[in-house]
Amino acid sequence: MAASDDNVIRVRELTVAFGRHVVLDRLDLEVKRGEILGFVGASGAGKSVLMRTIIGLVPKVSGHIEVFGVDLDQADDAARRVIERRWGVLFQHGALFSSLSVRQNIQFPIRENLDLSQTLMDEITVAKLAMVGLKPEVADRFPSELSGGMIKRVALARALALDPEIVFLDEPTSGLDPIGAGAFDELVRTLQRTLGLTVFMVTHDLDSLHTACDRIAVLGDGKVIAVGGMDVMLASEHPWVRAYFRGKRARVMTGEPALEQG
Amino acid sequence: MDGAPTLERLAGQDGPALRAAGAWTAQHAGAIERLVRDAERRARKEAAVEIDVSHIARLDTFGAWLIERLRRALTRENNAPRLTGLAEDYRGLVEAVRNAGNDAEPRQKEPGAIVLMLAAIGHAMSEVADTLIQLANMTGAIILAGLRIAVRPQTFRFTSLIHHMEQVGWRAVPIMVLITFLIGCIIAQQGIFHFRKFGADVYVVDMVGVLVLREIGVLIVAIMVAGRSGSAYTAELGSMKMREEIDALRTMGFDPVEVLIVPRVLALIIAMPILAFIGSMAALYGGGLVAWLYGGLQPDIFLSRLREAISLDHFKVGMIKAPFMAAVIGVIACLEGFNVRGSAESLGSHTTSSVVKSIFFVIVLDGVFAIFFASIGM
Repeated sequence: MAASDDNVIRVRELTVAFGRHVVLDRLDLEVKRGEILGFVGASGAGKSVLMRTIIGLVPKVSGHIEVFGVDLDQADDAARRVIERRWGVLFQHGALFSSLSVRQNIQFPIRENLDLSQTLMDEITVAKLAMVGLKPEVADRFPSELSGGMIKRVALARALALDPEIVFLDEPTSGLDPIGAGAFDELVRTLQRTLGLTVFMVTHDLDSLHTACDRIAVLGDGKVIAVGGMDVMLASEHPWVRAYFRGKRARVMTGEPALEQG
Repeated sequence: MDGAPTLERLAGQDGPALRAAGAWTAQHAGAIERLVRDAERRARKEAAVEIDVSHIARLDTFGAWLIERLRRALTRENNAPRLTGLAEDYRGLVEAVRNAGNDAEPRQKEPGAIVLMLAAIGHAMSEVADTLIQLANMTGAIILAGLRIAVRPQTFRFTSLIHHMEQVGWRAVPIMVLITFLIGCIIAQQGIFHFRKFGADVYVVDMVGVLVLREIGVLIVAIMVAGRSGSAYTAELGSMKMREEIDALRTMGFDPVEVLIVPRVLALIIAMPILAFIGSMAALYGGGLVAWLYGGLQPDIFLSRLREAISLDHFKVGMIKAPFMAAVIGVIACLEGFNVRGSAESLGSHTTSSVVKSIFFVIVLDGVFAIFFASIGM
């Protein structure tokens, strides 16, 4: 087994372009085992593109992506499948299968990958639902009958179905009210601790960054322009980072007095 | 890499104990479940008082749950077995799972086959009634919207009408021509083949002319339109409904029927007679071509025979039916689109039922028209 402080995801010199529009320009990023990395950037800067490139949904132009020390370009299909089983993805809008019930949604990856009895799968489903803070009654509902927050929780339960080591979260708290978002941050934090997860979280939510993330990476101009804890972000003099972390909305959190206001 | 999971029975300090070892993870969950089930069965005779988990190399939710399940099975009169040697890293996980399974409840029992069958028949019957009511409802809504537009013509969406006419009319021409041409060829070939036996080759022209102009031309076009454009209407409106676009329109003070449905239905009503006309001509052309090449009937003879065989009435009968069929297809397609609920499956099933219902109602309508025209002597 690898040492506990190594990088589970290593992205080097990654370039992604759509036609002539270069989204990510020789980007470098490392995610350490067991941390929650918050990934921020302006809308349209390519945060989700990076996530989708790492999990193989968007083709890259050049560069290397290593997950668990395996270069994804060199891995054959079997090796890739093993790696894919070790990560879970929570899409921005949940991406629950709308024709399946919550129970079937959560059992889908289990059923495809493991040969388990229906009883055990049902028990595991209840356990997973409880872990994301939902009652067992939810299991028989369909995605269209769930609220936004519940969809996110069920999607998280599905992402966690096979006990992955990495979870990718794409704007997990968008569309949730502040209380729901806070509870979700707390949930991610708890699960990260109990399951020893590595979390890669694309987010806009300053609260999430503040309460849930160990490290923050900022994307700008196709590159990572700053990376580190909240203190590093607050000390940064990059104009966008300044505006983001020391703007009006951020001061409430950091307790810094509003400078521009009279 | 951590060894297969095992569950051994040992003699502990104060009674029998179980020792779990190896990787208790999702990958091995099937094997672990069998181990646990065996242990549960044996526990009925003599329950172990200790579960030693110190030899477990790796543990995840699956393993933790199975240990918890074992612990519950071994619990006698509120005396749960001790869990010893649990690594600090896994303590949180085991506790989370322990709290999780507390309110598990058994699944509801399904009713019997006969009850399900009767329920299905009942549902189907009430669905038929619902469909008819909804159809009347939607037709009324469209007429009302039409009247509102007639009062204030500036609210009419002319651009939308043209766009849909291009989609369902102009772009449908090639496929309609091809299909009706082939149908015309086939009718003529079959007619010649069978009529030749009693020397009545030339009556093929009568058959092709009457059949194509009265029935086949418009019917084939209507079925194609239902499959091609009706399904597209349902899918468009259905996905708009799923994304709450229709609700958004309503809150902005627009009537979705006026904005979305009236231009679509009107486009179909205008386009379908044109398509039916083009289709009928293509079918006659195909029939003539086959009569010439296969039946040896010269084109000028075919034409003069056609002029004798058919009257303007035959042509009118076909053309009169076209806009009514278009209206039926349009109303059903839009209605099904508006009935789509949240899921992708619902979108699929409504698109299917849109096509099936449209074709059914087109054929029913054709039958009604046949009786009507026969009784007025057309």
